[in-house]
Amino acid sequence: MDAPLIEFKDVTKRFGSRTILDHINLKIYEGQVTTIIGLSGSGKSVLLKHIIGLLEPDEGTILFQGQPMLKMTKSERTAKHAQISYMFQDNALFDSMTVYENIALPLRETTNLGKTEIDSRVMARIEQTELKDAAHKYPSELSGGMQKRAALARALVTDPHIVLFDEPTSGQDPVRKNAILSMIAQYQRKFGFTAIMVSHEIPDVYFISNRILALYDRAIVFQGTPEELENFDHPFKDEVIRSLEGLQQELTGLYSKRQFKVMHHAQLTQRTHGETYSLVVFALGDLDVIMTGSSHEAVEKIIRSMGRYIDKHFGAIGGFSTRRNTNQFVTVLPYSDLTEAQNILKDFAQDFQERGIQDVFEGAERRKASGGCIELIIWAGIAQSQPFAEIDAVIDEAKSNQKEIARLRCDVRG
Amino acid sequence: MALDANSHNLPGSKPPRQIGMLLTKPFAGFGRSTISWVGNLGASAIFLMLALLKIMHPKQWAKIIQQIYYIGARSTMIIMLVSLFTGMVLGLQSYTALVKFGAQGALGTLVALTLVRELGPVLTAIMIAARAGSAITAEIGIQRISEQIDALDTMRIDPLRYLISPRIAASIISFPILTAVFDIVGIIGGYISGVLLLGANAGTYVYRVQTSMDMKDVTDGFIKSIVFAVIVSTVCCYQGYFAHMRTDSHGAKAVGLSTTSAVVISCVLILVSDYVVTSLLIRG
Repeated sequence: MDAPLIEFKDVTKRFGSRTILDHINLKIYEGQVTTIIGLSGSGKSVLLKHIIGLLEPDEGTILFQGQPMLKMTKSERTAKHAQISYMFQDNALFDSMTVYENIALPLRETTNLGKTEIDSRVMARIEQTELKDAAHKYPSELSGGMQKRAALARALVTDPHIVLFDEPTSGQDPVRKNAILSMIAQYQRKFGFTAIMVSHEIPDVYFISNRILALYDRAIVFQGTPEELENFDHPFKDEVIRSLEGLQQELTGLYSKRQFKVMHHAQLTQRTHGETYSLVVFALGDLDVIMTGSSHEAVEKIIRSMGRYIDKHFGAIGGFSTRRNTNQFVTVLPYSDLTEAQNILKDFAQDFQERGIQDVFEGAERRKASGGCIELIIWAGIAQSQPFAEIDAVIDEAKSNQKEIARLRCDVRG
Repeated sequence: MALDANSHNLPGSKPPRQIGMLLTKPFAGFGRSTISWVGNLGASAIFLMLALLKIMHPKQWAKIIQQIYYIGARSTMIIMLVSLFTGMVLGLQSYTALVKFGAQGALGTLVALTLVRELGPVLTAIMIAARAGSAITAEIGIQRISEQIDALDTMRIDPLRYLISPRIAASIISFPILTAVFDIVGIIGGYISGVLLLGANAGTYVYRVQTSMDMKDVTDGFIKSIVFAVIVSTVCCYQGYFAHMRTDSHGAKAVGLSTTSAVVISCVLILVSDYVVTSLLIRG
């Protein structure tokens, strides 16, 4: 792995007699989405404020590109600062300024750009974040989601290399939460910045994070990929993750990954030798392409609709499902053989093709879409296995069997 | 276990150490308050110096003009109203007192010198502290507790330059102008009550106003108003900027208390500094 972009070495922070961070060691790598998870009040935001320099450690060192932050000269600090943007938990938009003025503020105050150049950059960000109608409104006139987008537009207007997100989804409904996380993931890929996010939206953040840092009892107890976190054995997992992770995913209504594992264990490992079960892996087409052509709301609707239809068809025969990835769903059919699974899948594909997808692109979504046509393809693959087999291996087999089961082409110009 | 009658463990008796602490407690409290007060004074001085140094930044002019509008122009009407009635009351009281000694001809002198040397700068400063100063503290305080000032930091915008310097510069420009308005309207107020309502001689009033004042009276009044401008703007900005550091409250309540403190401290300091500046100017 490359040298870390930011590294904490034995960082301790106290407020009075209270120790908030105790000998923290962590590494953040360039170009990744790194999410710091932990319970509320565990010091996540304090940790983030150390990165941007709003707080300084009482002990320890913070290295930025290998250089200790406290030993940086003023010009080096300014140069470092210029690379970082921060999106506050409560947005911190100036309530006496319009959305346009809020987004233009860093350009007006920290650059010598002309009025025309500032205007074009601000309008570009306003359009990218779908705020054109709200450009001349005040923050208090916007919904929570729009305020988040305005704060994101302001954070991105200076083309930063690093963007820090402090609880970007707090106080949002499930659809908005997913929309904001999708937006962060999409813009991170589009602009290539390093995203450092503080969140307790588990498991939603797993879908967009390359790396997870777990803050527990004033220390970092885990650093690694979301997959590695699944196999991490620590009290943090019982006390924090299980308390934050609901039994069902808010957006799809399907089981959480953890609950899915529990169900898998409970229903399959007790089965007698020789019995088989089926597993289906669904994949949606490139959601980024759909998001670019349409809107975040459309993508949320697709995911929600997918969850509903999967549950409708497969839940009825004892199947249980989870959203495994941003665009991947897994369903276990504990009592079905391959033929039965194929028949149900066929019914599902027909129903979803006829009704599920069409619902998504009706009305407002059709008008919002700017491209000539949005194409959505759904693949599915089935595998049959013994209960004792490793589920990951069965999923891989199902993925290798994937083929197109439904396709939507909508001519939005019509 | 047997206990000595003088033992501090006896119920109802206080150990000598506790008695000592009780006796020294007021002094300790006074000492803590003094240290805190001196600390705040030093911090305010540094705060003012840093803000003054940032006034000349090229991006400041538009913001200073905007603040002159909020602090100065929008205070004009209330200053005129207060000064008119202050002048009228002054004319009324002075005339009734002077007439007893047959010295009603000195009315113009009394009204003009009282207003230009003392009441003009002091009442103008107190009125602006109440009207604009409280608004400054509340606005900056809310920006502080809603992390807007932290947001400026993260955007590499110096909050002192962006928020504080324009307000201090605008106050330094606005206070003397509003003091001049106060003086003129106050003298007119004295004329209305003394001459038009009570029948003092108009020519004498105007002549006395002209001849009794020299340029030093006017410049001394302006010097005072500049001192008050620096005090009011610094106190009000400082209270708002550090609203989150209050130990007695948090959030919106802290902003409310900071606003109250800003106005009270400003008014007290205006009167204290008025005495100090007056004594220095009289000696000078």
